[in-house]
Amino acid sequence: MTTRLFGERVQRKEDPRLLTGQGRFLDDLGPDALAVAFVRSPHAHARILDIDVSAALDVEGLVAVYTWEDLPGLVAEPLPLLIPHPALTHGRTAYPLAREVVRHVGEPVVMVVAEDRYLAEDACALIRVDYELLKPVVGIEEAVHSAALVHEDVPGNVGARLVQEVPSRSGQSAREVIESAPHTLAFRLDIERSASSPLEGRGVHARWDGTDLRVHSSTQTSTSVRMAIAAKLGLPLPHVEVIAPDVGGGFGVKIVHPWPEEILVPWAAMLLDRELKWTEDRREHFISSAHERGQVQFVRVGFDDDGHVLGLEVTILHDHGAYTPYGIIVPIITSTQLLGPYKIGSYRVEFSSIYTNTVQVTPYRGAGRPQGVFCMERTMDKIAAHLGKDRTEVRAANFIQPSEFPYDQGMIFQDGRPLIYDSGDYPAMLAKLKELIGWDSFVPRKGLGIGIGCYVEGTGVGPYEGGHVQVTSDGRVHVSTGLTSQGQGHETVFAQIAATELGVPIERISVVTGDTRRFGYAVGTFASRAAVVSGNAIALACRKVREKALRIAAEALEADPADLEISDGLVHVAGAPGASIPLSTVAVLSNPLRYSFDAETARAGQFAGGASFDRPPVAEGEEPGLEGRDYYSPLRSTFAAGMHAAIVETDPDTAEIRILRYAVVHDCGRLINPMIVEGQIHGGVAQGVGGALYERMAYDSHGQLLNASFMDFLMPYATEIPRIETDHLETPSPLNPLGIKGAGEAGVIPVAAVIAGAVEDAEGLPIDRMPISPSELFHLRSGG
Amino acid sequence: MRYDITLVVNGIVRRVGVPARRLLSDCLRHDLGLTGTHVGCEHGVCGCCTVLLDGEPVRSCLTFAVTVDGRQITTVEGLAGPEGMSPVQRAFAECHGLQCGFCTPGFLCTATALLRQNPTPTDEEVLEGISGNLCRCTGYQNIVKSVHRAAELMAEEEGR
Repeated sequence: MTTRLFGERVQRKEDPRLLTGQGRFLDDLGPDALAVAFVRSPHAHARILDIDVSAALDVEGLVAVYTWEDLPGLVAEPLPLLIPHPALTHGRTAYPLAREVVRHVGEPVVMVVAEDRYLAEDACALIRVDYELLKPVVGIEEAVHSAALVHEDVPGNVGARLVQEVPSRSGQSAREVIESAPHTLAFRLDIERSASSPLEGRGVHARWDGTDLRVHSSTQTSTSVRMAIAAKLGLPLPHVEVIAPDVGGGFGVKIVHPWPEEILVPWAAMLLDRELKWTEDRREHFISSAHERGQVQFVRVGFDDDGHVLGLEVTILHDHGAYTPYGIIVPIITSTQLLGPYKIGSYRVEFSSIYTNTVQVTPYRGAGRPQGVFCMERTMDKIAAHLGKDRTEVRAANFIQPSEFPYDQGMIFQDGRPLIYDSGDYPAMLAKLKELIGWDSFVPRKGLGIGIGCYVEGTGVGPYEGGHVQVTSDGRVHVSTGLTSQGQGHETVFAQIAATELGVPIERISVVTGDTRRFGYAVGTFASRAAVVSGNAIALACRKVREKALRIAAEALEADPADLEISDGLVHVAGAPGASIPLSTVAVLSNPLRYSFDAETARAGQFAGGASFDRPPVAEGEEPGLEGRDYYSPLRSTFAAGMHAAIVETDPDTAEIRILRYAVVHDCGRLINPMIVEGQIHGGVAQGVGGALYERMAYDSHGQLLNASFMDFLMPYATEIPRIETDHLETPSPLNPLGIKGAGEAGVIPVAAVIAGAVEDAEGLPIDRMPISPSELFHLRSGG
Repeated sequence: MRYDITLVVNGIVRRVGVPARRLLSDCLRHDLGLTGTHVGCEHGVCGCCTVLLDGEPVRSCLTFAVTVDGRQITTVEGLAGPEGMSPVQRAFAECHGLQCGFCTPGFLCTATALLRQNPTPTDEEVLEGISGNLCRCTGYQNIVKSVHRAAELMAEEEGR
């Protein structure tokens, strides 16, 4: 049996339980817990005049009703602003339950606890809230020009404004360069809102035993939820544990924390001394969690006859909804990752992050990159059209060359560190993509078009993750890391890493993620970072364990540790298979015992013999047990890249858009499990197709979300997604021991740009707004 | 008002008292403890809650428990046989047809019924067959592959 599993298509360890109904998702927990439901604002902007709960009090099974006035101390304060930034001069966050003013439809106003969810909703329906309606601010441009304010103390509805400039080599600003460029273009681009939409919504379950609080949350960061709860409820950290159970998809929305419910449910569980659970329903998820993507971009570009971009100026209006709990990460990512695989002569980007009376905006898979890539790739296509050149030729003219890494883009990235690309080979990637899709042999005709999109994705951001690895006396290996899982297959890929590092069969390895009882220090799962940051931490922890195992085994075998290897869970002298000792025995020997409980552990008993009388049983500098803990803190982000191409067909009558072929070439450094990477890409592309052709948040001018259901928000089914053809390139990252980059978000990033390019090619019409529906294409054709 | 009903779930007779408005999905999950059936939208679009009612796939979130008194129900917990996972379940594992696993029970029930009716579906028929179930993770490609693979595994087992 081989234990060299890094790089293999290993079947997932998660699957047997998920395929047999034995997974444990949030709502599967606490069958006897009381149920929580919320009265949420039906208005986008209103002042609360009165809350009358009296009619609800007669509902059988009602346990408690809370409004903001019932909340004590820090629970009554606004939720934390998680990522402050000097440019976010007017950051605002919501109260857990609305205080005086509601600022979007769906904001929680009253919390109800009852014997079950049906009864809790009965009570909610009987609670009367009187509102004085205020003028809602809806739509980015309206927010900029409107006299109405989302927050009375935020002038112009502007939360943040940030300018970053990268001058030309000769020191000229982008504006100066564009003025004197041989060719210039100016245009506007629009991207509408979409949302992560995991099939499992959010949810919180809390149990208080008088001393300790145990919270389960469907979250992408259990460690940080834990710290937030401890701080808000005034509990000592060791008395709070937070566990992410099986999580039914996240895609970004579940990195936000603490959600109001993550504070309120534990708080009420303590107050009532009862087990409590809240499970979000689908409408709640649409109107009470988070959206993303909505931006308007104004672009000016100057370029030469070969299509080299000499100067680029982008002004972005970013709609961040009613609150800014996640700071301005999304527009920062848009404005930095917009540069893609290109050397841009000079660059100026300015974004304004704008309040509207809509659901807050926080990262959704891709996190601002799809918008940035849409901007840059539309720009490349327009340059090519202007010069009459092939679109791939213009891109190639601007590529950073393989010899130019590390390549400094001269900006500050979302992690507050320099935007320096670690490695890549963009010309080779383009060649592979052109081959895969058949770019050079494609013959366009009316109604048939081809499009391309290139991107670079900063992945594996810090600050750190850790790993703990323990070999127990039965020879099993227990791996834990603090970050969480939402379907990425972490149990499998981390086990592959441990199997490879330790020489242990994967069947004997178990992995736990997102459980603060097992590992308390972590950041979370976002930014395609889990494999890079936790993967390397686990590898480093395994190396510590391996070194210790070899040291103990060398003593037992009277051999030199340098002559030992581990395979199939056995430590043996290289070239002498007879001289060996199982890792299980090494684990026993690592832990000197007074009390033995079986024949195996008797080998470590105090009368077992062989111990030196010249040193204590646990030597100085040693610890009992065969285990190791280590951390990986990256110097900077790694930079994965990819290029996609699609062929689309448009119907001459109905303007329906069909994707006939979709091709992806992807580079995430060394692949741990190609099957899982491909799965991530497939899923990302499908979400990208949704964002390009179907998904939008349809707000009316009153701030009502008109399509807050799966009936009306059109997520793609199997019938909408083309077969995705993939190819890989592997340029290892020099920044980490395993040479890996992240893959989680990759698939979604360039899709809107690719489809826009292909539709434009098919129709001969500029496509500058996404998503594009058949109806919109129909109107574009008739000059609308 | 509670109604005493009898459901035959995964071959076992279960008696339960439920109010008229109790959804079958909630009855299975919360009254009978069969939490493998998931609820993704509660309005019949996502298909996560699909179970087999007398062998036919239905949305358990659109079905009142009292309306299926006396009927046979198969949930994801009942798909495996005494010898382990069913061909459909094994095919999904083999082809990486699931990621977070939340929609998976619905797809497994749907595919099981599909292949029972049509043991050798074409690509079109597979797409049509699963076109009532949403998945946000996989992009469906490996689910389609899994259904075809399950058909192969079932054919192999038939032939044995």
